[in-house]
Amino acid sequence: MSTAQLDTTTPTTPPGTGSSPTRGLGERSGGRAAKDLLAKVVMWLAFAIAVVPLVWILGSTLVKGGHMLLEAQWWTNSQAGITSRREGGGAVHAIQGTLIQAVVTAVMSVPVGVLTAVYLVEYGRGRLARVVSFMVDILTGIPSIVAALFVYALWVTTFGFQRVAFAVTLALTLLMIPTVVRSTEEMLKLVPNELREASYALGVPKWKTIMKVVVPTAFSGIVTGILLGLARVMGETAPLIILGPYTKVIATDLFGGLMATLPTMINQDRTEALQPALDRVWGASLTLILLVFLLNLLGRFVGRFSKVKS
Amino acid sequence: MKTRRFGQLASLALVGSIALAGCGSDNNSGTGATAGSGSSSAASSASADCFDGTLNAEGSSAQKNAFEEAAASYSEACSGATVNYNPTGSGAGIKQFIAGQVDFAGSDSALKTEEKDGVVETDAAAQTCGSPAWNIPMVTGPIALAYNVPGVDSLTLTPDVAAQIFDGKITKWNDAKIAAINSGVTLPATDIKVFFRSDESGTTENFMKYLSGAAGDAWSYDPAKVWPASGEGKEKSAGVAEGVKSTEGGITYVEWSYAKDNDLGVAKVDNGGGAVELTGESVGKALEAAANDGEGNDLRLKLDYATKEAGAYPILLVTYEIVCSKYKDAATATKVKGFLTHFADPEVQKGLEEIGYAPLPSSIEEKVQTAIAAIS
Amino acid sequence: MTTSITGRSTIDDDPHDADRASTGRLGDRIFGGLATGSGLLVVAIVTLVGVFLLVQAVPSLMNNDANFLLSREWSPSGANPRFGIADLAWGTLVTSVIAMVIAVPLGVAVALFITQYAPRWLSRPAAATVDLLAAVPSIVYGFWGLNIAGQYFEPVAGLLQGALGWVPFLSDQNVSAKSTLAFAGVILAIMILPIVTAISREVFAQVPTTHKEGALALGATKWEMIRVAVLPYGKPGIISAAMLGLGRALGETLAVLILLSTLSPTKEWSFSIFNGGSTFASKIAGGASEFDTPQKTGAYIAAGLVLFVVTFLVNAAARIVIERRKAFSE
Repeated sequence: MSTAQLDTTTPTTPPGTGSSPTRGLGERSGGRAAKDLLAKVVMWLAFAIAVVPLVWILGSTLVKGGHMLLEAQWWTNSQAGITSRREGGGAVHAIQGTLIQAVVTAVMSVPVGVLTAVYLVEYGRGRLARVVSFMVDILTGIPSIVAALFVYALWVTTFGFQRVAFAVTLALTLLMIPTVVRSTEEMLKLVPNELREASYALGVPKWKTIMKVVVPTAFSGIVTGILLGLARVMGETAPLIILGPYTKVIATDLFGGLMATLPTMINQDRTEALQPALDRVWGASLTLILLVFLLNLLGRFVGRFSKVKS
Repeated sequence: MKTRRFGQLASLALVGSIALAGCGSDNNSGTGATAGSGSSSAASSASADCFDGTLNAEGSSAQKNAFEEAAASYSEACSGATVNYNPTGSGAGIKQFIAGQVDFAGSDSALKTEEKDGVVETDAAAQTCGSPAWNIPMVTGPIALAYNVPGVDSLTLTPDVAAQIFDGKITKWNDAKIAAINSGVTLPATDIKVFFRSDESGTTENFMKYLSGAAGDAWSYDPAKVWPASGEGKEKSAGVAEGVKSTEGGITYVEWSYAKDNDLGVAKVDNGGGAVELTGESVGKALEAAANDGEGNDLRLKLDYATKEAGAYPILLVTYEIVCSKYKDAATATKVKGFLTHFADPEVQKGLEEIGYAPLPSSIEEKVQTAIAAIS
Repeated sequence: MTTSITGRSTIDDDPHDADRASTGRLGDRIFGGLATGSGLLVVAIVTLVGVFLLVQAVPSLMNNDANFLLSREWSPSGANPRFGIADLAWGTLVTSVIAMVIAVPLGVAVALFITQYAPRWLSRPAAATVDLLAAVPSIVYGFWGLNIAGQYFEPVAGLLQGALGWVPFLSDQNVSAKSTLAFAGVILAIMILPIVTAISREVFAQVPTTHKEGALALGATKWEMIRVAVLPYGKPGIISAAMLGLGRALGETLAVLILLSTLSPTKEWSFSIFNGGSTFASKIAGGASEFDTPQKTGAYIAAGLVLFVVTFLVNAAARIVIERRKAFSE
C-alpha cells in the first residue's frame, strides 16, 4: 500500500514540540508517533481479544463433545429408551428434526422473501415501498422470543391447536424472511440495468424478464443469502422452548406430536447432572455448530460463483 | 447456466442430508451402557403384562427419571410397547389429560377438588373420562436439604432451624442455633447462601408444606409453587444443585437424585424424634404413616409433615398417576393397566432407590395394585 | 451505499406503458400482484405481531392489581394477580448496556483492524473468524458461560467489588459471580460483537480513498487519518451498528436464562450490576412451561409486548440513522 510509504516519508519535527498546543496536521512529533503506535497496538489487541472467546468456546465444545460424534451410533440412532442416566443412543432424531424444520422454514420463507425483494427492487414505488422496507427492518430486529410468543398467541391461544413442529417453523419463518429479503434485494440491485433493458427491447414482458434474466443472474447470490439465513434460524432455541417440546424418538410428523431438535436436545440434557447427559449436551452443541458452519461455508462457496459482484 | 447448477447442487445437498438422516433408528435395545449407579437390570426381571402400541403420558418432571426407568424396563420386557412421557410439569399434564390428549397424567399433587382458575380438576377429569378419575400414588421423591460446607460431613437440621435458614434469618454456618443441634461438628464462619427454584415447582410447594407443617411460627409463608423467601434463584433442579456445588456455604432443597449425583452433603432431619438420615427406608416409613384422604381406589395421601415417629424422613413428594377409573376405550385401559402394574411392581420400585427415589412401602403398594387392577 | 444502481430503468418508471408494451399482460399482473402481495404480507405480519400481543395482553393487564410498569412483583396467577416489569426492565437495561459498553468499542476496533491495519492476507480470514462468533447458538454460549467461562469471572468480580464496592453499581450482592447481570452482559457482548463488527467494517471499507489519502498527504499519521477521515465518515454506520447490536442484546434469551440467578421476592432493590435478576426474554422463556391459564399466559405476553415495542423503537432509530447517512452520501 502506498499509504504506508506516505506515512514514513512525512517529514517529522524534532521531538519535544509534540506537547505544543498547535494541533496542525503538518507536524509530526514523538507524541503523535507514540499515539499512532498505541492505536496500532490497540487494534491488534482488539482482534486478539475477539478471537479468544471463539477459540475457547470451539475448543471446549470440541474437546468435550468431539468423542460423541465419532461414535457411529450418534449418527444412526435416536435416544429412544435411553434414560438420562445412561450412555448410548444417538442424535439422529434431533438432527433430523432440525433439518426438517429448516427445510420447511426455507420453503415458506424463500418465496415470500424473494418476492418481497423483487417488489422492493423492481416494482416498489413511493410510500408503500418505504413502508415495506421499514417493516422488513423491524422484522429483522424482532427477538426470537417475541416471534415465538406471537405464534403461541396465534396457534395455541387463538386457534386452540397443540404445540407442534409446524408452529415452530412458523416462528422461524418470521425470523428468516427479513434475511432473505435483504440479501436478495442487495443481489437484485447489483444486476446491471442493461440486462433488463435489453430484455425489454426484445419485447419480453416484465415478469418474464425478472424470472428469466434478473433472478437467474443473481441466483447464486440469492442462494447464499438463503443459506446464511437458514444458518441463523437453525441455532434459534427460544421458539423451540415455547412451541416445540423435546422428545427422544424419531418423529417426522409436522402436525402431530413432538419433534426433537438439536437445541431442545441440548436444553433437555443440560438439566441433568450426570456425565452421560453432559456428554450429550456437548455432542449436540458440536453437531449444531458444525451444521451451522457447514451452511455458512456452503453459502460462501456458492457466493463465489456469483455473476454479480458487489 | 453455471451459477444455477451450484444452486441446485446446494439444494440437492440439503435434501440429501435429510434423506440420509431418514435412515435413523429408534432401536436402542442393548446399546445402553449403564452409568454410575443407575440400573435397570434388577427391574428387567420383573413380570410384565404386555401390550402392543403406544401409551402417552404427560406431567410432573419430578417423576421423570423414575418413569423413564420404568418405561425402559417395560419396553425391554415387551418389545411391541412404547411408553412416552413428556415431563412438561404437573399443571400441563393435568390440562392435557382433561383435554383428552394423553392417556394418563403424572402430577405431584392429587387432582384439586376446589375451584381454581374456573376449573374444578376432579370434575373436569371425570367429565373427560366419563367416570371418576383416580389418583394413584406411584413415585416417592424425597426432597434433600443439600449443602456444600467443606469439612462438614454430617449436619442435622430441625424444622425450626431449617425455616430460619431458608428465610434468611440465620446467615452464618456457625450460628449458635445450628451449633446447638450439631454438637461435635466444627462449623465454619462461612455465609449461608440459599438457592431456590426460579421456576414454578412442586418441589418448592412440598418443601414449603413441610416447613409450614413442621416449623410452626418460624415459617410464615403459605405453600405455593413459587418461592417467596430469600436466596438466589436457579432454573430447575439441575440449576440449584449446580449452584450449591459451585458455591461454598450453599444450601438448597432438591430432589434426592440431584443431591446424590452432584455429591452434595445431605442434612439429617430432626422433627423431634431424633435425627433421621435420608434413605429409602426412612422415607417409606414416613409414607406409611400417611393417611388416605381419598375414597376407595382413589388414593390421596395426606402426609404428616410434623411426624415425630423415629426413623421417618418427613420431607417428601409423592407423584400420582392420574387415570380414568373406566376408560372409554378398553384397549387404552389394558395399556394403562399393563404399564402401571409394571411400574408399581416391587422389583421396579426397588430399582428406583438407586436413582434417588424411595420405593413404595408394601402396605401402600398393595393398595396401589388393587386400584390398578380395578381400572377398566 | 449505491444509489446509482436502483434497479429501475426509464421504461418501468411508468408501469402502465411497460404493461402495454408487453405481450404477457396477464402474467405481468399476476407476478406484480404476487410481489406486491408479499410486500404487503410482511407489513401485515409485523402489524399482526403487535395486534395479537396487545389483544392477548389486555385482559391480563386489566386484572392486574399491581402497577404493570413500576411493580417488582411477578405473581400472575390466582384471583388477584400482581405483576410488573420493573425488575425485568432493569435487568434488560443493565445487561444490554454492559454488552454495548464492551462490544461497541471492541467491535469498532476490530473493524478498523480488519479494514485499516490487517495485512492483506489476514484481512479476509480475520473478518470470517469474527463472523464465526455469530454461528455459535445462544444456548451454547449460555452453557459454556455457566460451566466453563464463569469461574474465571469470579476473581474479576471479587476484585471490582473489593476495590470499588462502595459504588452502588458495584456493591457485593452475595450472588455467584457467573450468575450476575455483569457476567450475562459480558456474554451478550461476545454475542453481539460480530454484528457490530460486520456493519462497522462495511462502512469503513466504503470510506472514499480520496478522503484517506488527503489526510495522509497532509502529513497525518495513520491513527490521525482514521480519526479525521474514517471515523467521521463511518459515524452514522457505527451508531446504527450499535443500535442493531442493542436490538439483539435486548432480545437475547437462552444465554441469559441459563446464566442469571433470579432474585428472591424479599430481596431489597439494588442498583448493583453484581446482582441477579431477569430480562424480559429470560422471564418469558423461563415461564414457558407455565402458560397454563389465559391469565398467566397474558402476563407473559404483556412482557413480550413491551419487549417488542422497545426493539421496534431501537430498530426504527437505527433505520433513521442509516437513512440520514444515505441522504448525505447521495
